Amino acid sequence: MNETINPWLIIAGILGGALTIAPGLIWLERRLLALWQDRYGPNRAGPFGVLVVLADTIKLFFKEDWIPPFADKLVFVIAPAIVAITVLMSFVIIPIAPGFIVADFNIGILFFLAMSSMGAYSIILGGWASNNKYALLGSMRGAAQLISYEVFMGLSLMGVVLLTGSFRVEDIVNAQKDMWFVVPQFVGFVTFLIAGIAETHRLPFDIPEAESELIAGFHSEYSGMKFGLFFVGEYLGIMLISSLVTCLFFGGWLGPDFLPPVVWFLIKMFAFIFLFILLRASLPRPRYDQLMEFGWKILLPITLLNLMITAGIILYRSGAELNIIF
Amino acid sequence: MQIAFYIAAFVAVLSTVMVITRFNVIHALLYLVVSFMAMAVVFFILGAPFAAALEVIVYAGAIVVLIIFVIMMLNQKEEAVDQEKKWLTPSVYIGPAILSVLLLGELIYIIYEGESHTIGQQVVDVKEVGKTLYGPYILAVELSGMLLMAGIVGAYHLGRQKKKVTHRFLKQTED
Repeated sequence: MNETINPWLIIAGILGGALTIAPGLIWLERRLLALWQDRYGPNRAGPFGVLVVLADTIKLFFKEDWIPPFADKLVFVIAPAIVAITVLMSFVIIPIAPGFIVADFNIGILFFLAMSSMGAYSIILGGWASNNKYALLGSMRGAAQLISYEVFMGLSLMGVVLLTGSFRVEDIVNAQKDMWFVVPQFVGFVTFLIAGIAETHRLPFDIPEAESELIAGFHSEYSGMKFGLFFVGEYLGIMLISSLVTCLFFGGWLGPDFLPPVVWFLIKMFAFIFLFILLRASLPRPRYDQLMEFGWKILLPITLLNLMITAGIILYRSGAELNIIF
Repeated sequence: MQIAFYIAAFVAVLSTVMVITRFNVIHALLYLVVSFMAMAVVFFILGAPFAAALEVIVYAGAIVVLIIFVIMMLNQKEEAVDQEKKWLTPSVYIGPAILSVLLLGELIYIIYEGESHTIGQQVVDVKEVGKTLYGPYILAVELSGMLLMAGIVGAYHLGRQKKKVTHRFLKQTED
């Protein structure tokens, strides 16, 4: 499996795959939510209602693409593009199968963290450019939430990096041949998953949108395909976090030989996407200050402790002599 | 690689000039973000991928976001832009321009006199950065850590409030 594939094919494959699965997730989410809430969900257009995605897309294209006269036009137009660009750029570092990766950076995880911190701009700028009270409130909440959860999103991954000794995602997957990192790094996995949900602002943490109190938060002024980009960006984010959890904690493409590596990867990724949707179906939204306190007062100390203990155990195991000179 | 370096450097210079000349604060900050990202590309090409990643994560991703956050809370409208236009007349630029031309001259002199390196000769990876930081520069790292700790404690002290709980039926004030 080590022969090099044409990089353009890889790019086309990952881009096409991500952009096809993301709208498909809209249908999947509506069907699954319906299943868990004891109703049918969209089941009219096409087999099992799959074509509802197509109908939605056509509807979005024909809607009036309205830019409010009181908005800051340039920033208003750029904001939805930022979320799609940053999330798609993050897919660059994810190895779907051995050698099937767009850019094998030696700073892989750092690149993902950089891109996810740039993604915060789409919420902030979208809300600010809309020049609307609700949008501004939503984007301010969003900015505070994303900045705080970014801090220990990075820290929670450092345990995995310590165990592997590399930031390269492919090395991290290969280091899990004997044991998935979810076992030694269970705390890291839980904190990363929580931070990941907060980064994609999915339901238990969808404070920036909060449709029951802020209408739709930062994207209340958006319509047509601009709103569609925010929407697809959110589902791309779900895919990104799920595939990262798969790669970093659940052995990526590794699995018994009877299935090809890509299939193992997709199975694990979809398991986490299902988890995301189940969380949305089952958890209530916390209050804003509860969310921030949970982040800073519980999750941050836990990740720091996890990092310290992991580093201590690695140092002890390596048998390095303590040469402290007083 | 050389062409990529010059393009990134050109973008960095151009966007930094735009930062200074914009009247709208948010637009200026957006150009600042572009400038940071161009600097990150320059670092990456010169063989410092760790510095490049940190440039985006820390400067573009955290510090500018915080500045924008504060400016959003101030909710500046057209009046602020008009005021900025009144203050930023061409005569304001004269003093700083002379000083920066002096610095630019020195920089060009240094570049011409100093020994030249070709792009991408060696890549400094994360391990080397860590070894250098926690080897010869350990004192500086510890000192900056203490400085940041002092900053956090100060911010906590300034922002601390007594907890007030007010409810329709349950009127109660703690401490």
